Amino acid sequence: MTANPAFTWNLIEDITQLFEYPFMVNALRAGTLVALVAGLMGWFMVLRRQTFAGHTLAVVSFPGASAAILLGVSASYGYFAFAVGAAIVFAVLAPTGGRGRSEESAIVGTVQAFALALGFLFISLTHRNITGAQSILFGSFLGITTGQVAVLAVSTILVLAVLGLIARPLLFASFDPDVAAARGVPVRLLSVVFLLLLGVTAAEASQITGALLIFALLVLPAATAERLTSRPGLSVLVTVLVALVVTWVSLALSYYNNYPIGFHITSLAFGAYVLASVWQAMARKLDPVVQAR
Amino acid sequence: MTTLFAVANPITGISTMLSNDFMRYAFIAGGAIAVAAGIAGYFLVLRGQVFTGDALGHVAFTGSLAALAFGIDLRTGLFASTIGIAVLLGALGPRGRADDVVIGSVFAWVLGLGVLLLSIFTSSHGGSNGAAGIRILFGSIFGLDAGQVWVAVIVAAGTVLGLLAIARPLLFASVDEAVAEARGVPVRGLGYIFLGLVGVAVAEATQAVGALLILGLLAAPAGAAQHLTNRPYVAMALSAAIALASVWIGLSLSQAIGSWPPSFSILAVATAVYAATIATSPLRARIAERRIPPRGEISGGIGHG
Repeated sequence: MTANPAFTWNLIEDITQLFEYPFMVNALRAGTLVALVAGLMGWFMVLRRQTFAGHTLAVVSFPGASAAILLGVSASYGYFAFAVGAAIVFAVLAPTGGRGRSEESAIVGTVQAFALALGFLFISLTHRNITGAQSILFGSFLGITTGQVAVLAVSTILVLAVLGLIARPLLFASFDPDVAAARGVPVRLLSVVFLLLLGVTAAEASQITGALLIFALLVLPAATAERLTSRPGLSVLVTVLVALVVTWVSLALSYYNNYPIGFHITSLAFGAYVLASVWQAMARKLDPVVQAR
Repeated sequence: MTTLFAVANPITGISTMLSNDFMRYAFIAGGAIAVAAGIAGYFLVLRGQVFTGDALGHVAFTGSLAALAFGIDLRTGLFASTIGIAVLLGALGPRGRADDVVIGSVFAWVLGLGVLLLSIFTSSHGGSNGAAGIRILFGSIFGLDAGQVWVAVIVAAGTVLGLLAIARPLLFASVDEAVAEARGVPVRGLGYIFLGLVGVAVAEATQAVGALLILGLLAAPAGAAQHLTNRPYVAMALSAAIALASVWIGLSLSQAIGSWPPSFSILAVATAVYAATIATSPLRARIAERRIPPRGEISGGIGHG
């Protein structure tokens, strides 16, 4: 950072200072979009208990980006191609009945490890220095261009539009797949569309947070909300709020202390999750219904 | 040129390959780690707990970096972190098995810590050690020395023996938890011991295939074995054998194709085997059906008579 900014206790001055540099403005815009879409998609991911698949879709952006570097095309193509490809693999191979859960976890694990291995191969083949790999894995919020923000905005709107369309049946199918299927809801198709959306979300978000850390924004805000309320509407609101606040504060912190943004995002979000868990435990203990017994 | 020899005469090829110290070390240590990962992976897949293996791989990354950043022995950091978090994950859920969302939340943060440690380590040690993070993530099986090989073999043997010792009750608890508990099997305790052993296997494997890629050795051979047989002990042995073959064939492939990193070749073989078992699964089902006298014929015969 060129300006070497100093933190003062005059918060208003600090915040105006944050907005002085175009890169910081772009980072805040991109971060806001990513937090919004990751929070919402993460809420459904947590509800559907698809964290392993979500994590894998997030991680495949690493081979995506390194393949793009190797071929000399824009990294965005690589991110999207691999994330959508992995989502399709899960959809095709999704085991039905029988040893479903056990087989599924083996498939997801294999896809993830192989994707990472491919990424490592691509990086070795490019003979670039290792820092390239590290920025793909751990992200960088510096140097986000206005063009990237525009791409992010378009894909965010697309994802949210599709999610809006399928939200009601998806909610039904997530809560009770058997009853939903009996009522004629296309459970399998919904699950495929959801995985595709999750892939797109992970692809766009990991360009900012890095392939290894987007998972934190997907899982932690939603897990926090789950501890605080069981009402769907309120829970979605809490999720998005936690995601946004965590991202904004993390950006500001990284600006002032130079530690990686991924560390701030994961730590703040995990802090919120732990506090919510403590709150839930205490609320249960103090519950008058439980005490009356 | 060695590549050409290997193609022309496999036996000369293999003996040339194994004449290198680093290659011999990689075969021995990699093989031992593979057998342990294959057996641990079998139980992970059976219990639908592969995500835990994924989480522990990320924990191994942070543990190694913590050791590097604070200047303590790398292996101490690795084993302490993976075993510690493995037991913690057991404690966070009922019956020694945590919910996927809880696992995800914990390891997302652990990974964030790893990133912080990486940045501290890189900035304090200058650019020369910048590759340390990548080495931990993706392994360096060709960089092992004799001492590390011995440790790998002993640790792997210990893990395998430990797993075999609890295999019977663990199988019971994995297949039907409620009935096992009712029969007095210590389901929770077994869950802890099992996760601890998985932690050991992951920590040891990190040096060979890397923290991120160990997941493949846990998931793919076990997934393939489960497709090939329904008998638990056969599947366990098969899983170990596929893992071992993946490592050995993968190492040979990397020797032949210089630009392929060993970690990639190993996982490519393991993934190919699993993909092949999935693809041929309908075919094998049909063959198995043919062997049993089809019911349709019998009832058809009665109908005609």
